[in-house]
Amino acid sequence: MPAEVLQKAPSPGGPDRVRCAAPGGGGGNGSPPQPLLADPYRFGLWAFLGTLSMLFIGFTSAYVVRRASPDWRPLAAPSLLWLNTAALAASSVAVEAARRRLKDWDLAGARAWLGACGLLGAAFVAGQLGAWRVLRSQGVFLSSNPHSSFFYILTGLHVVHLAGGLVWFAVVLSRLARVSYPPGEEGLALFATYWHFLGVLWLYLALLLFVF
Amino acid sequence: MAQAAEAHAAEAHAHAPQAFIWRYVFSKDHKVIGIQYYLTAMVMALVAGLLAMLIRLQLAWPEADWAFLGRILPMGYDVGGGFGVMKPEFYAMLFTMHGTIMVFFVLSTAPVSGFGNLLIPLQVGARDMAFPFLNGLSFWTFLVGSLVILASFFVESGAAAAGWTSYPPLSALPGAVPGSGMGQTLWIVGMTFFIASFTMGGLNFVTTIVNLRTRGLSLMRMPLTLWAMLLVAILGLLAFPALVAACLMLVFDRHFGTSFFLPDGLALNNMPLVGADGAPLHQGGSPLLWQHLFWFLGHPEVYILMLPALGFTSDILATFARRPIFGYKSMVGAMVAIGGLSFVVWGHHMFVSGMSPYLGMAFAVGTILIAVPSAVKVFNWLATLWRARIRFTTPMLWAMGVISLFISGGLSGVWLAQAGPDIHLHDTMFVAAHFHLIMAGAALFGVFGATSFWFPKMFGRMMNEPLGKLHFWFTFVTYYGTFFPMHYVGIAGQLRRIYDPYQYEFLKPLQGINQFITVSAVILGVSQIIFFVNFIWSAFKGPRAGENPWEANGLEWTTTSPPPHGNWPGEIPEVHRWPYEYSNPEAPKDHVMQHEPAPAAVRGH
Repeated sequence: MPAEVLQKAPSPGGPDRVRCAAPGGGGGNGSPPQPLLADPYRFGLWAFLGTLSMLFIGFTSAYVVRRASPDWRPLAAPSLLWLNTAALAASSVAVEAARRRLKDWDLAGARAWLGACGLLGAAFVAGQLGAWRVLRSQGVFLSSNPHSSFFYILTGLHVVHLAGGLVWFAVVLSRLARVSYPPGEEGLALFATYWHFLGVLWLYLALLLFVF
Repeated sequence: MAQAAEAHAAEAHAHAPQAFIWRYVFSKDHKVIGIQYYLTAMVMALVAGLLAMLIRLQLAWPEADWAFLGRILPMGYDVGGGFGVMKPEFYAMLFTMHGTIMVFFVLSTAPVSGFGNLLIPLQVGARDMAFPFLNGLSFWTFLVGSLVILASFFVESGAAAAGWTSYPPLSALPGAVPGSGMGQTLWIVGMTFFIASFTMGGLNFVTTIVNLRTRGLSLMRMPLTLWAMLLVAILGLLAFPALVAACLMLVFDRHFGTSFFLPDGLALNNMPLVGADGAPLHQGGSPLLWQHLFWFLGHPEVYILMLPALGFTSDILATFARRPIFGYKSMVGAMVAIGGLSFVVWGHHMFVSGMSPYLGMAFAVGTILIAVPSAVKVFNWLATLWRARIRFTTPMLWAMGVISLFISGGLSGVWLAQAGPDIHLHDTMFVAAHFHLIMAGAALFGVFGATSFWFPKMFGRMMNEPLGKLHFWFTFVTYYGTFFPMHYVGIAGQLRRIYDPYQYEFLKPLQGINQFITVSAVILGVSQIIFFVNFIWSAFKGPRAGENPWEANGLEWTTTSPPPHGNWPGEIPEVHRWPYEYSNPEAPKDHVMQHEPAPAAVRGH
């Protein structure tokens, strides 16, 4: 708090009709800066994840409505999907390991784990495309039935966001490769948040499409 | 750390970009971006306003020969044999594009993206938005969207024609009407760019308001304009994704053979839509699904238009009534309640869609609940004005215009909110009258009020007061002249989207009142010239404004007009109170600004 004596007005005023008696008459030059509520980048990222969640919630409601119609024929999940899921989960573990290494000033270790995260993420993307191929070979296409339409669109939308994450991954890795001293962990932590979000989102989509 | 940031910002100020292209075109400065948004929105308003004039001409004299219009717009008129009669499909394009452009590219853009960008950093006490690059990107994305929407008039099959709500199957079958072809595709593309831009802006808005407030500016000390901007950004971030999802599914239905919105049994030009094997091309889809997703966005979108105008009105009202805004906390609460309720009332746009009466009742109750916070706002405004020594400046007139429209439009809302009356009034001109008064009118008047109020912070000059007042009175009278009689036309049964109402015997007596509306609308349109003349003249030749020409209290009035790059030449001011400290009998002058340390006379108490 500033070094001023703050007093609330009795009652007739609105909120914060504060009478302040400033002994020095100073305009706050001496008062300590108020800390920011949170890191703007972290807050902005969470706001973005909020809007992204709403996109998939919108699709979920469409999915639930559409599933009730008589022409719905459930699709069998290609078993490749579960392998992909394991790869994505492992990549989330890898990025956490990279953060630990970075905290311990182990740059080489951090780079290695982050690289593993990117490779596993790329493997997931390739695996999802592989799952599309499997379905195509079975004659299940985008417009075959509503379940397959949702499958292709939701996995596609998820992969697009994951591909965006891989671009971000490349940026983070190149920064990590260029610096010779431990940089702030914020950049890596932000990337990790986004990556975990996509992992959780995939689990949600898999459950929505094939379990519930 | 914060001090380092401060030093960095000061350094950035010294290194403001000098080249014209980086300073005024590809700028990352929130003030330049705000003005770019504003000007683009005004150009779009001009286009959409002209479309409205054509609609009105058609409704007043549907069989008249507009040969000169046919020469200017050959795509829209049958000019063979010397007759300039509007084509029905062109009429559908007119109301579709008028609605789309006005709702998204004008009335969401000018108050939110325009004034939001201009004002948020100035009112929170920040050097710029949280993410300046994203902000610049957001404007250019918006501009691409605007150009795509405008371009759709020039494709061979014409612009989209399924209404601004783009209900399928009309919007989902490219062959349904001319406008369902390339025009609808461009509508989807343009809207996608718009939503992307609005999302980038929204992320900037929430982050800047939550994280970059200056010392002392607690949430409950924020001007109501800032509160409105915060809520609008949250509404946009949460509501627009539903439309993105719907548009994506629409694209797949249109071009890739899926059936999200398309049921079976469809026929086009009396030919059933079947494949080579005789099986229907589409089956099982639900056109109602689109309506649900669209209105899940559509209703919060209404408040995205409204809330900034309500915020501007509160700030302008307090300034010129020289009174603290009455019931500040309840004003904030009312805006939060309106924003929250807007997410659970979308079904009131769908009362005639065959929904369960119980569900309809729930939507009706939720909708009528909105009257409570709305009434709180109106009574607070009236209490602010009560026995005040009002300064009747141009911004004040506009603010009082907003209150007037908010009341008269709100009253018809109570009718439409209930399923019973709505079944009679749905899709009639009564609905058009209602939303033009409350949503479009209040937002438009809010934008005009904000323009004249914050013009000094845009261009460093004052707008001309006599011209401003002339513009206000012409607009106010003709706005009511246009939209008030529309209620009667609607109750009498004229539907809102028909090309020629007088093909029905029972609507023939309405032609006179429709002609009155059209005359009024044309005067309304023409009187906007006063505004454009005033705007352009004042931007270059208006008298120079000082820092605080209106003797207002907000932080934006503590810096030069226009503010420099980095917003304050020196240190960012610290906030000591709310921005509504007017006519405090203990203060030495009639207003105490947010950043002023307490004057000696106010000490102790």
